[in-house]
Amino acid sequence: MAQMNMLEAIRDAMRVELKRDSNVLIFGEDAGKVGGVFRVTEGLQEEFGEDRVFDTPLAESAIAGMAVGMGIQGFRPIAEIQFVGFIFEALDQMFVQAARMRYRSGGRYNSPIVFRTPFGGGVKAAELHTDALEGLALQTPGIKVVIPSNPYDAKGLMISAIRDNDPVFFMEHLNLYRAFKADVPEGEYTVEIGKANVVREGSDVTIIAYGMMVHTAVKAADELEKQGIKAEVIDLRSLVPLDIDTIVASIQKTNRAIVVQEAQRSAGAAAEVIAQINEKAILHLEAPVLRVAGPDTVYPFAQIEDLWLPTPARIVAAAQKVLNF
Amino acid sequence: MSKLPYEVQTEPVTPLSVLSLDGDVINPDYMPELTDDQLKEIMYRMVFTRTWDERAVNLGRQGRLGFYAPVSGQEASMVGSEYALNKDDFICPGYRDMPQIVWHGLPLYQAFLYSRGHQHGGQIPEGVNVLMPQIIIGAQILHATGVAMAFKKKGEKRVAITYTGDGGSSEGDFYEGLNFAGVYKLPVIYAVQNNGYAITTPFAKQTASLSIAHKAVAAGIRGIQVDGMDVLAVIKAVREAAERGRNGEGATLIELLTYRFRPHSMADDATKYRTKEEEAEWALKDPLIRFGKFLEKKGLWTEEDTNRVKEEAKAAVNENIKKAEAVEKMTVAGLIDSMFETTPKYLEEQKADFQ
Repeated sequence: MAQMNMLEAIRDAMRVELKRDSNVLIFGEDAGKVGGVFRVTEGLQEEFGEDRVFDTPLAESAIAGMAVGMGIQGFRPIAEIQFVGFIFEALDQMFVQAARMRYRSGGRYNSPIVFRTPFGGGVKAAELHTDALEGLALQTPGIKVVIPSNPYDAKGLMISAIRDNDPVFFMEHLNLYRAFKADVPEGEYTVEIGKANVVREGSDVTIIAYGMMVHTAVKAADELEKQGIKAEVIDLRSLVPLDIDTIVASIQKTNRAIVVQEAQRSAGAAAEVIAQINEKAILHLEAPVLRVAGPDTVYPFAQIEDLWLPTPARIVAAAQKVLNF
Repeated sequence: MSKLPYEVQTEPVTPLSVLSLDGDVINPDYMPELTDDQLKEIMYRMVFTRTWDERAVNLGRQGRLGFYAPVSGQEASMVGSEYALNKDDFICPGYRDMPQIVWHGLPLYQAFLYSRGHQHGGQIPEGVNVLMPQIIIGAQILHATGVAMAFKKKGEKRVAITYTGDGGSSEGDFYEGLNFAGVYKLPVIYAVQNNGYAITTPFAKQTASLSIAHKAVAAGIRGIQVDGMDVLAVIKAVREAAERGRNGEGATLIELLTYRFRPHSMADDATKYRTKEEEAEWALKDPLIRFGKFLEKKGLWTEEDTNRVKEEAKAAVNENIKKAEAVEKMTVAGLIDSMFETTPKYLEEQKADFQ
């Protein structure tokens, strides 16, 4: 065991896989020599050479497209898009070319690619650095979507993502990179993509969250506990595939649920989660499933992002609403 | 105003030609080395491709083919450029570039299945080094760049080639691909088949550049312009670019000046934007006539040969369209299972709705 923050855990996962499989490559803007603008890949070029970990020209579409070409030739690229808002430049290659490769070729070719990108609010970043764009990927058949909330999961999920023979959109929350350290096993282990995690048990209401919102939800649960309400918090960890079974099992116990996301209300994963709850657990519900989300605006200017992003207080209010329905 | 000496200077280029319109060798220095049998094989493939194209248009009208982009007129640039490659070189085609991938090894019935919208059309056989035709103009340029990067990293003496049209050279992905290839010095050939039109839009409305070949300058790679109606010039240019790639000398942009005798697609009416005079002028450059004259003068080809190949091609098209029509129908469950290596539970559940 070692104490690592999430950034170090992701780096450690990539180091383990670079060592294990010579087909694993890392590239992106500034990903090589300095190890990325957040230093997630720091030291990896030094350790594995410029042939395995390298910088690219500044062009997201070509970064993603080159990954697709290398993927069909047997490499396992980890392509970094420097900030989430820049994936728009690469959407065709990520969400059309990589995501459809297996289907279009009837299994002849595939795209064993991890598209890494930082995202997430609360760090007063510049425009288009923090938007929660996971919903776009959620509507794209053929690509898996992973969003870890802690160092242990981040490492295990990253190793799973690299080993997956289909493309994975791996979103790393900026606010969690250095937020805290946790015990992370040395060497290799995996966390299964498509499995949620109950991070806090409770019996009165289920709070479903992912990314930074898991921590906001836990704070809300602390608050609710003071009021005598036991909230169960589920960390989805992956949005595609979505672990509806864990959610349904929880709702069978609590009969009430809310979904928390930092994306604006009509984006993100909340609507899909609620639709699936309606399909699979409606008879267990005592109240409608509510969403706590950002308003349907463009991601806010830095000065008011703390007001815009879901807070523990808003989650507490939503929980009280479903309890008093 | 006086000209600043700091301005980048460019000059028009002359396209590489080997044959005159009468089939005489006008540039012996650039004559590619080819045996008589190879010369006949090239003619065979061009006549076959022309006949296949004519039949495909008819099959389209009969509803036996679906999406189809005609190729007549572009045989020299398509057949010639593929012929110049090794079988282990990798082709990333655009949607019109079916002849190249068929001559590289994709069975013809699978080309027809692709046209009909059947998944088996994209199941490229093992050992055939091609991707499926690319619909998103420009996307294939980046794939070829990545494939070339893979060859370079593995130390393999192979090149990637990708094709787009004149319109495609306006895409951002076109420039990004060339630029990456320049930076990493990749073994890749960017073949732009400039047939003068992107659907209805003429070349002059794509770019004010002197040529597409000039665009190589922006990426620091080699750019050349070739008479794309002259199969020997095409072979010379592509062979040389491939050799350079294999020898670690980097990428080449090859502009192939060509013409499509038919409309852009089956849904297009070329009479709305092209003149009879222009079509007549290009008909004189027909690559089959020109190369045919060259072979006839060498005593390697006769009209009977052409007729024989046409009959063979018609028979092959008939046989392959029947084979395509006999392929088992797809199922939704089958499509679902082709999304991921292992079908996730949510998709397994969705399959139940279609069984």
